[in-house]
Amino acid sequence: MVKVSSWGRLSHGDHEVRMLADRERIAGPLRSNRPGIAYGNGRSYGDVCLNPDGVLWRTTGLDRFISLNATTGRLVCEAGVLLRDIQRLVIPRGWILPVTPGTQLITVGGAIANDVHGKNHHRLGSFGDHVQRITLHRTDGTRIVCGPDLEPGWFAATVGGVGLTGVITEAEIQLHRVVGPWLEAETLTYANLDAFFQLADNSEIGWEHTVSWIDCITRGGGRGIFLRANPTEAGGRPVPRARNLTMPLVPPISLVNRLSLRLFNAAYFNLNKSRAGKTVTPYESFFYPLDNIQDWNRMYGPKGFFQYQSVVPRAVGRDAVQAMLHEIARSGAGSFLAVLKTFGDRQPVGLLSFPQPGVTLALDFPNHGERTLKLFERLDAIVREAGGRIYLAKDARMPRDLFESGYPRFVEFMQYRDPGIGSALSRRLMEN
Amino acid sequence: MPEQRKRIVIVGATSSIAEQCARLWVTDHVADLTLVCRDPVKTERVATDLRVRSPDSTIRIVKTDFTDPAAIRNLVDGIVAVGAVDIALIAHGALSDQAACQPDLTMCQAALMVNGVSPVLFAEAFVGHFEAAHHGTVAIIGSVAGDRGRKSNYVYGAAKGLVTRYAQGLQHRLAHSAVKVVLVKPGPTDTPMTADLKQKGAKLAKVGDVARVIVQAIDRGQPVVYAPPKWAIIMLIIRHLPRFIFNKMNI
Repeated sequence: MVKVSSWGRLSHGDHEVRMLADRERIAGPLRSNRPGIAYGNGRSYGDVCLNPDGVLWRTTGLDRFISLNATTGRLVCEAGVLLRDIQRLVIPRGWILPVTPGTQLITVGGAIANDVHGKNHHRLGSFGDHVQRITLHRTDGTRIVCGPDLEPGWFAATVGGVGLTGVITEAEIQLHRVVGPWLEAETLTYANLDAFFQLADNSEIGWEHTVSWIDCITRGGGRGIFLRANPTEAGGRPVPRARNLTMPLVPPISLVNRLSLRLFNAAYFNLNKSRAGKTVTPYESFFYPLDNIQDWNRMYGPKGFFQYQSVVPRAVGRDAVQAMLHEIARSGAGSFLAVLKTFGDRQPVGLLSFPQPGVTLALDFPNHGERTLKLFERLDAIVREAGGRIYLAKDARMPRDLFESGYPRFVEFMQYRDPGIGSALSRRLMEN
Repeated sequence: MPEQRKRIVIVGATSSIAEQCARLWVTDHVADLTLVCRDPVKTERVATDLRVRSPDSTIRIVKTDFTDPAAIRNLVDGIVAVGAVDIALIAHGALSDQAACQPDLTMCQAALMVNGVSPVLFAEAFVGHFEAAHHGTVAIIGSVAGDRGRKSNYVYGAAKGLVTRYAQGLQHRLAHSAVKVVLVKPGPTDTPMTADLKQKGAKLAKVGDVARVIVQAIDRGQPVVYAPPKWAIIMLIIRHLPRFIFNKMNI
């Protein structure tokens, strides 16, 4: 048994880890008398990839490319390939992954199972919108190949299905054309939420990527930095290799606390304010700013941290976000990594996919036990009333009723579950 | 001037370490790789991946019996006859089950053959050609387990020790030639081969990091390299521990 954590480092339970390395010999390791769950690069925050006292099928050994059609942009690869390796392979050839989240250090299987989204949701939806084929292995030894036009029921259950329908071993992805590795980015500041929504709406047409950092404590929260970008040929030179930093140890207490947060938020806001304007930047530093700081999750100390990411419908979005910021500011908790973004007006592929039309707020909170959980209950109440939902890839604690109201299609989903698969999250939210 | 294509032969290309080395060799460069294997179906998956990574590289697969001296000789002669080889990486092996090898002499023999004798036969077959051509690097993957026998895996360790002593002699023989011999000693590395070790909670090196050390050592022609490098210090201590202390250790 091995102690395994997810990115939030909230728990370190014992797991029987089995390496998957040969995509033609999956049935053997999947046979088990206790439930297992696929574990990719361990970047989901909560318990979606954990299964204490059970089996983990580690997929990072399934990291082979199978084919890349340079004319059509169709990529076939094993499920343990990292998005970073795809980007580095295909961008020099004029293609790019259409959708990537804020880290590229995740596997293809994880990207599908959590139906991840990126800064261009308003243009291209989520990861699952670009998946053409999935090979799914069930623990009973059967293999299901599905896609939007093949076994669409299985496809809709598996995209965003948090690994519960089977183990994904292969996928085919439609890449997008790109002019090169550079982006023309613009940094703007906003003073309050109304200004944020105005900027977001104005940027939907002309900008491919939009995201914003929000200061969740200063003056009750609401000011922030808005970033938007488009691919550009302007760079015209090879991308410099970024420097790698490492968080060398776990500090005894969280480095994120009331004092550091105030200082950081003020400094970060003012630094960006002084830098506001247009720049040309390499895609890696724009899309994945934290990937160059290895083990940054350690900064929250030995007790780990939560990420609370919700989406609420646009009609009530402003008020709900304002109410959440108010609760957070009142509690004195909160984080550096506070992200606010509008989603496009489109429905996702998966039965349990997270994105929905509206606005999403993501925040990290150092784990202070009861105090933190109590804050989440107040935030839950706001999300529940707004008709929103919480992102399963980030969650470690939402109550079952909020899952059921947020993901009404879960009833439909249940018929696709693999009885040999279970996770800490599935036991928490779906009985088993 | 077009970049010169390196011609590289990898014996045991489905080993995770070898596969990662192959990826490094075809990243940013075009190379001509020959993958020598026991299982062509599995190796084809490795080759396909390498072809996607580097469409201009040439990847060939050849199958052989790893314990048949005549087959090894024929195979190597055949590869060299087609054109000069720059690098031969001899990477095959199988971590044997020590407890099973003790009562089962057939298993014990198989472990000694595949991890010890077979790599030597391949190296010897290549090195003759390299010496005649005054060019080439033979790299052999040994192991920290070959530095000192210990109860938990001395059959595997003995085979790797054989490889160590062989490489030492070969380096002596070729000291005044242009041919380089690189002996790599990886510490426990996170590969399917060590899945059981991992279950027991061992801390394992990342296979990509080990591969980077190996490719760099081959580039420089370093005679002995530990991967990751910290194992050089750990093994220095282990080798020199007095027996009365060593024998008390449960390793």
